[in-house]
Amino acid sequence: MADRGRTSLKERVSGLGDHVRNSQVWTSIFRPGSALRADSGDSPRNRAYVVMNNVLYHLHPVKVKRRGIKVSYTLCLGGLSFFLFILLTVTGIFLMFYYRPTSPQAYFDMQALATDVAFGQLVRNMHRWGAHVMVLTVFLHMTRVFYHGAYKPPREFNWVVGIILLLLTLLLSFTGYLLPWDQLALWAVTVGSNMGGYVPVFGRQVSFALVGGVQITADTLLRFYVLHVLFLPFIIVIFMAVHFWRVRKDGGISGPL
Amino acid sequence: MADLPEHLLKRAAEARAKAEGVPVEQVLAEMKGEAPAAAAPAAAAPAAAASQGAGRDLDADSAKFGVPRPLLERAMLARARRDGTPVPQLVGAGAPAAAAAPAASAAPAAAPKAASAGPPPGVRTQRLLTVVKANAIQGTTREPQDKVNVWPHLLAIEFVALISMLAFLTLLSALVDAPLLEFANFNQQPNPSKAPWYFLGLQEMLAYFDPMLAGVLIPGFGLAALAFIPYVDRNPSVRPSDRKLAISLYTVFFVGASILTIFGSFFRGPGFNFTFPWRDGIFFDDLLTILE
Repeated sequence: MADRGRTSLKERVSGLGDHVRNSQVWTSIFRPGSALRADSGDSPRNRAYVVMNNVLYHLHPVKVKRRGIKVSYTLCLGGLSFFLFILLTVTGIFLMFYYRPTSPQAYFDMQALATDVAFGQLVRNMHRWGAHVMVLTVFLHMTRVFYHGAYKPPREFNWVVGIILLLLTLLLSFTGYLLPWDQLALWAVTVGSNMGGYVPVFGRQVSFALVGGVQITADTLLRFYVLHVLFLPFIIVIFMAVHFWRVRKDGGISGPL
Repeated sequence: MADLPEHLLKRAAEARAKAEGVPVEQVLAEMKGEAPAAAAPAAAAPAAAASQGAGRDLDADSAKFGVPRPLLERAMLARARRDGTPVPQLVGAGAPAAAAAPAASAAPAAAPKAASAGPPPGVRTQRLLTVVKANAIQGTTREPQDKVNVWPHLLAIEFVALISMLAFLTLLSALVDAPLLEFANFNQQPNPSKAPWYFLGLQEMLAYFDPMLAGVLIPGFGLAALAFIPYVDRNPSVRPSDRKLAISLYTVFFVGASILTIFGSFFRGPGFNFTFPWRDGIFFDDLLTILE
């Protein structure tokens, strides 16, 4: 009775929270649908806003076929491939801070990653195992799509884009393979790039351009490095954009059998 | 034409009533009546020409020319108004009361040229010809489907998958180190030296075939064949029971590639000669840190 007219501390704190969340600054940053807004809540409208008003989520449509998103149908393989690409980008940027693509510094930097850099070995491991897993998930994604017949009209061209993405994934992995500049890297890439020389007509020229000579040298290291960290990611991002866009334009996730 | 939206009909009637100077209700009644408003007056012109002179039996004309009677009526009135001549007397049943009213209000158009000079200022003369129902430009068929919101149904699944993969990779990376052998030495080739594991299927084929065939033609044509699958496979069905050949072929490819890769990875030792991994050990450098 005596408290009438006075605001308690709790009310003041919650009042301050509401004030901040209703402020112009706050509402300009967090668009409708964000869980951080004062007007957030579970409603069909807000569920749609969550997707529409978020730069990451709006790769997705607002609604999808219920049976198309069953885990047993997609196995999440395409999404996981994309996630692994992002993870490899993040860990790769970390590694770039500690790596010089010259001989013999490249090898010393690998040793330093294992001994001197905080979490260096862990991040390098994640980068390497993540790359292997990505080759697997991309290949399995292709297999999944084939068995579901999801390449049939109107999705023919997106299948072709997917094959290009598989090829680019292999090339990314292959160019990264040389960078540790140890015996494993050198000779695995030697074996791999020797095959390129057998390509008829222009095989030798392509091999010469990629390797930067008739055999692998320290120049090859720089070439593969640029291909690995800049050129191929640039290309693959373009094809990934087309791939995702076509998924939407061709009618979303393909229907179940 | 039959199912014009009410508001469009009303708007058209109002515009016409304003242009012709007749009550809206009358025009509306005319439009809602038996006559389709969109029929071109040009079609009725010969009929109107034929119906010059006093005493027209519009019902007879209608039967003769195959033009609906209300159209003939309208054409006749319009013609009379344009030429400034009196409206012909109608013979036969159903001479409408409506016919008199426009005739009376045709006075402003008494001068022959006045009508062709255009409508009075401020009067819109466009008329509703037809309503085309809009279709999407891209041919998406809209069938009722069982759909759910992406949030939370899909995003929750993706989040769990993503976190699981991250946890798996972190755990794996904490337990197993990536291999790092000695410094690259151009003068000392390790034995065996193997390509990265995803190329070991190809390297395995090199053991059987000419390099040109195993290293170039088979992977080259294989990749091209993969890319052309959608254009070669014309079978529209996605049911496995309808796609036995396609599924068989892909399964052969998948199993074959897997066997070759596993073989190249684990069953090839020094000199890339055949070996049993349980007898001579595994020669697979990527797993060195576990194997040791």
